[in-house]
This record gives sequence, structure tokens and C-alpha cells, in this order.
Amino acid sequence: MLCDICHKNEASVHLTEIIDNQITELHLCEGCARQKGTQMEQHFGLADLLAGLADLGQQFETPGKTEAKCTNCGLSYHDFRRIGRLGCSECYGAFKDSLEILLKRIHGSTQHLGRIPIKKPATVQKKSSELDLLRVKLQRAIELEEFEQAARLRDKIRALEAKKRKK
Amino acid sequence: MKLNDLTNQTCEWLKGTGPNSNIVISSRIRLARNLNRIPFSHWANKKQKEEVLKRAREAVSSNNYTKGALFLQMQELNNLDKQFLIERHLISKEHALQADHKAVVIGEREILSIMVNEEDHLRTQVMQSGFNLDGAWQIINGVDTGFGKKLSFAYSQNWGYLTACPTNTGTGLRASVMLHLPALVMTKQINKVLQAITKLSLTARGFYGEGTEASGNFFQISNQVTLGHSEEDILDNIERIIKQVIGHEQNARGTLFEQDKARIEDSIWRAFAILKNAHIITSKEATDLFSRVRLGIDLRILKELSISTINKIFILIQPAHLQKIVGKALSPQERDIKRAELIRKELGEK
Repeated sequence: MLCDICHKNEASVHLTEIIDNQITELHLCEGCARQKGTQMEQHFGLADLLAGLADLGQQFETPGKTEAKCTNCGLSYHDFRRIGRLGCSECYGAFKDSLEILLKRIHGSTQHLGRIPIKKPATVQKKSSELDLLRVKLQRAIELEEFEQAARLRDKIRALEAKKRKK
Repeated sequence: MKLNDLTNQTCEWLKGTGPNSNIVISSRIRLARNLNRIPFSHWANKKQKEEVLKRAREAVSSNNYTKGALFLQMQELNNLDKQFLIERHLISKEHALQADHKAVVIGEREILSIMVNEEDHLRTQVMQSGFNLDGAWQIINGVDTGFGKKLSFAYSQNWGYLTACPTNTGTGLRASVMLHLPALVMTKQINKVLQAITKLSLTARGFYGEGTEASGNFFQISNQVTLGHSEEDILDNIERIIKQVIGHEQNARGTLFEQDKARIEDSIWRAFAILKNAHIITSKEATDLFSRVRLGIDLRILKELSISTINKIFILIQPAHLQKIVGKALSPQERDIKRAELIRKELGEK
């Protein structure tokens, strides 16, 4: 079978594309496939998707916000929207408000509940209290309709609050 | 251990053992970690990337899990070696591009690998054979704890581990399970299953052979969300859903075999016969046929074959592996001939 693009070389890559439920089959030689692959990556790039998501948050942004830059690495919010990647750990602080919206859109949450590193960086943000974490967990349990878990968390929160008041 | 030694060994994740190995090929967990304040690899200058490499090397040599692992600088590898590592799932395609200041660490039996200066400074992965996310988590958690004692990771109390791409922020954890689902494909239930999976914030992808074609009824399912749930919860969620997929596939296999025994047997024996006798075979055709043979082993139709034999051949017939075995570059046409020859030899020996 000859390549569908150059019609010269033997096709060795077989590609199925599904766009709007339309299935297209392509049989390509290595060279053309590589080129097509690059085009596809550009077409479906994560950067575009992220930029799209980040764009939705624009209504919350003030004009000129895209010019905001991270003071540690120099990446601007515009750069981030273009390449879909942040520049360094400090960018998260520099673009905090926009990222808050973006992270919520991607993950449905903005509160880390996983592991905590042994060596904490000096620049960590204000430590959330145990109480804050429990409240987030309670909110999630309610959303997931896990009411038994929610009741347990509510009791824990009440106990902690009572303890705090006594202090 | 040297890179070329890997050619002759079957990696841990292809052993064909572990829970549900008749349906699950392998389980993988990766963690994305970055050093605090040092720009992420795509935004860092040479000096900063060198610094990451240096610190990674120190952390690797002092970690009990990675002591004595193979530490390879990507720029010292030729294209064939890079392709070889991609085929063994030790590095990503992206890691092979622009190799400067990048490295890969490969642990014993290829259970563990670490990409240094890929999208994130450190991308550690642990692979296990069969459905064994728990086993993978035990190991990777140990490795990560070791690194955490040595390195100051980019982390925020609210958002967890900070990564180059916000899709990995939080736990930085991606768990993937590779499944073989021929009966769900044959009974046309696969789309329903895959759609349901997407609704449960997991993603499903076809397993790609040579080029970009999805073939052979292999699917990779992974979590999408990394923030807002603990590592244990993420793993628990994906485990529960995959158990259900396994159940559906098992039921579909049973029903197929009961209702259409002669046709299934015919299809499996034909696949086996072609593999044993073909003189030219493309990667796609081989993948499709091996999918049927794999099903035949599980249904105890092909009794003299084992899953581990199939897995071993499956990796050896990939383009870079073939070229490494022959010791020279081969055109796609030459590879198809060599592939057929290798399959005949391996199956003939059984």
C-alpha cells in the first residue's frame, strides 16, 4: 500500500482520526507520518486546551493582567497562556488568582489533601489549620453524598472548635 | 548494568504475573516533582538544568531504592537507543527530543525509572506486572520519601506539589493501568465502558504500536485529577473502577465463548497459525494477532503457550528492539521481514 500523502513510499503507519464522529483512515510512510504527527500535536496541543481553559477565567482578570510577570523566573501570564506551562514554583504565587480559577476548572478543587514533603520549602504559603482541612473534607463528603463520612467529619470539627474555645 | 544488557532481559512489567494478569498487562504510577524556585526544565537555562541534574544524581546515589541504578545522560545516547527506551516505557517520546541536560535513571529489573529534566525536574515511575497499583505505590512512596529527605521540593500548603503543567499540580500522581479488552471490543461494549470511565474523571487511551494507530484491543486507563484528593483516594478510585472493567471483560469473554465457541476457536487458531508461518508482518498486524492469541491463552485454547512468552515477543518485535537485535538500521520493509522471522523462531521453540 502506498502512502496517502506522497503516493511514493510504502505506507507503514496507519492512522485513524476521529473528528466530530467522522472516522478518517490514513496510511502513511514514515516521513509523512512524522510530519503529520507534528501537525497533530500542534493541532491538539495541551497548550491550546489550557489556554482555552485559562481564557474562560478572563472575566475575572483586570486589563493588563496578562503582562504580570513572575519575579523569580520572568515568565509572564501571557507566556503561560502561550506555552501552557508555568515557569517555576513561584509562578503559582505570581498568578495566584487566575490559577485558582484554572485549577478549580481542571481538578474541581483547590485544596491539596495529599502528602506533605518532609523538607518544606521556606516559601510555603500560610499553613492551613487542621480545622480548615476538615472543613474542606466535609464539603467534599457532602458533595459526594457520603453522609456517614460527613457526619464523622462534622463531629470532629465540633470537637476541635470546642477545644479551641476552651483555650 | 549497561543499556545493552536490557535487550536480553524481560522487564518486570512484562513478566505476565500478578493479579488479573489475564486481562491487566501492567500497572504504573508516576510522581512529578520539582525543585523549589529553580525554573522548570522548559524555562530553565543551561546552568539551572545542570544544577537539577547534579542534585538529582546526588539524591539518586543516596536513596536506598536507586543506589546502583543506571544513570544515563540522554545526549550520550543515539536515536536507536532512545527509541529502545521509549518502547520499554522507560522514557517518554518528549524526553527523547532535545536531549541536552536530560537524563534517565533505570533501576533493577526496570521496575523503576526516573526522567530528569523532562517536563518536570523529576518524573519517577514504578511499573508492576498485572493489576498491582498497591505494590507500585509502596515502592514509589519509598523512593519519593527518600528524595524528600534530600531535596527541597516545590510545594504549597494549598496546592500541594507544584508542577510545570497545572494538570499535574497537587499530588503530581498519575496512575495508569494497561488492559487487554478483546471481548468488550468484540461484543461492541467498549465504547460504553470508555464513555463511563471518562465521566468518572479517568481517561482511556488506545495503546499505540508503531506509528499512531490504536490496535490490538489494548487500552490504558489513568486518573485525570491530581488535586483535592489524597494519593490513597486517587488509587482507590481507579482501582474500584478497573475492577469493574475487569469484571465486564471476564463476563464478555465467558458469554462469547459459550455462544460462539467454534468461531472464537477458529479466530484464535488462525491468528496463531499466521504468526507461526508469516514471512512478512507489520507491527499492526502482529499486535492484532497477538491480541487474539493472548485471549486464546486465557480461554485455555492455546495450552502450550504462556502470557510471558507472548509479552516477551511483543516487546522484541518493536522497531528499535528489532534493530538492536540485528545490530543495524532496518527500513520498515526489512523490519517486517525480521519481525516475522523472530516470531516464527520464538513460537517454534515452544
